[in-house]
Amino acid sequence: MADDDYILRVEDIHKTYGDSEVLKGVSFNVRKGDTIVFIGPSGTGKSTLLRCINQLTVPDKGRVYLHEEEVTNCGSRINHFRQKIGMVFQNFYLFDHLTAVKNVEIALLKVKGMSPEEAREKALFELRQVGMEEWADHYPAELSGGQAQRVSIARALAMEPDVILFDEPTSALDPELTREVLEVMKKLALEGMTMLVVTHEMGFARSVATEIIFMEGGKILEAGTPEDIIKNPGSERTKSFIGQFSGNLGD
Amino acid sequence: MDADFLINILLPALWEGLLVTLKLIILSAPFGLLFGTLLAVGRVYGGFFVNLFCRFFVGFIKGCPLILLLFILYFGLPSVGIYLSALLASVIGFICCNSAYNSEYIRGAILSVKEGQMIAASALGMTRIQAIRHVVLPQAMRRAIPGLSNEFIYLIKYSSLAYMITLIELTGAGKLIFSKYFEPDVFIMIGIIYLALVTITTVGANALEKKLAIPGTQGR
Repeated sequence: MADDDYILRVEDIHKTYGDSEVLKGVSFNVRKGDTIVFIGPSGTGKSTLLRCINQLTVPDKGRVYLHEEEVTNCGSRINHFRQKIGMVFQNFYLFDHLTAVKNVEIALLKVKGMSPEEAREKALFELRQVGMEEWADHYPAELSGGQAQRVSIARALAMEPDVILFDEPTSALDPELTREVLEVMKKLALEGMTMLVVTHEMGFARSVATEIIFMEGGKILEAGTPEDIIKNPGSERTKSFIGQFSGNLGD
Repeated sequence: MDADFLINILLPALWEGLLVTLKLIILSAPFGLLFGTLLAVGRVYGGFFVNLFCRFFVGFIKGCPLILLLFILYFGLPSVGIYLSALLASVIGFICCNSAYNSEYIRGAILSVKEGQMIAASALGMTRIQAIRHVVLPQAMRRAIPGLSNEFIYLIKYSSLAYMITLIELTGAGKLIFSKYFEPDVFIMIGIIYLALVTITTVGANALEKKLAIPGTQGR
């Protein structure tokens, strides 16, 4: 398959913090509409990897390409790429001083330069997509974790990104709130949004992922379809990691 | 103190003085807030030289008695050919002092804004300046209100130092009346006026704090 089928290419990413090498050369490619789920033990660099893609963390070595344009080493053009690469965080990071709808609006106004009417309409549309339209005028502190995370997904969606990075989006939520967020993510995946998801939700990985990447020690240990990774893991290590979730594979 | 003295002599003089005091405050406070904000942003987000300049400026102002700064501006600068009116010298001195202290309240407030706010703004493609302007400062300034109102109250009171460089403001106007009539109640009257100004500020700042409080968070 030709390279230009990939919308996102990640090549040989290395990152070291002090003495610890967090990422030891990670490469993978993403096609439009893919949902790639990263699994693996904590502290293996999965979140750092996501942050290297939109340069919130600058990798020591390696390159990232979006539509064949280099995202790494692009100087101030990074703000252009970040509009195309949405991100959803474990702790939501909603803007505390803005209502839900204004959280979604602000980048449309300030970054995309939309008119206030246009931005409001777009923001309400995205909130509707995640079932939060009725909460548009509430502040983050008035929302449950699940609601806040759905607003933050709407905020990412409003920018009409080519790909969205989800950094442990449900790790701060209890099981019930986790479900409402996963449902929104599943809907997005089915609608063809390209997504990279770091998560421990095996049920989601199994039912939604087009590819699962198992990482350990800063490297990709194994990658494949959910069938390959969950049902027939190639390595003992993957098998034992997956085994811990055996009661938790339904969706 | 008889009514005639109060109504025909003291109050008109104090009124004139009060107008000068208000003028000093109105000309100084907005710039004190603006430059205080810029100094704080410069210290938190500025590069090496911007940070160094802001630190140096704030350190210099903190280390220099305000009265000395006013003397330098009014009596000192003419020796290098710069002549400032007493009003302008006072306003410049007050802006320097007010902004330096304000910057510390604002800097503390900026540092208290959670790191994730900046990260989320960057991830949406905002430039650093956009993120500071639209995300960090709106939150920081709310938290700085109690400190800033304190500093505003100091400004009301140290505006009386303008008298030392010949500007007849509220305290100065009262002192002149006292020198002429030896009526010590004059100072009580002045005190009452300052108390009123400070009370208005305190009430106003509390109302502002309440109005701007973010629903669902502390303070509301």
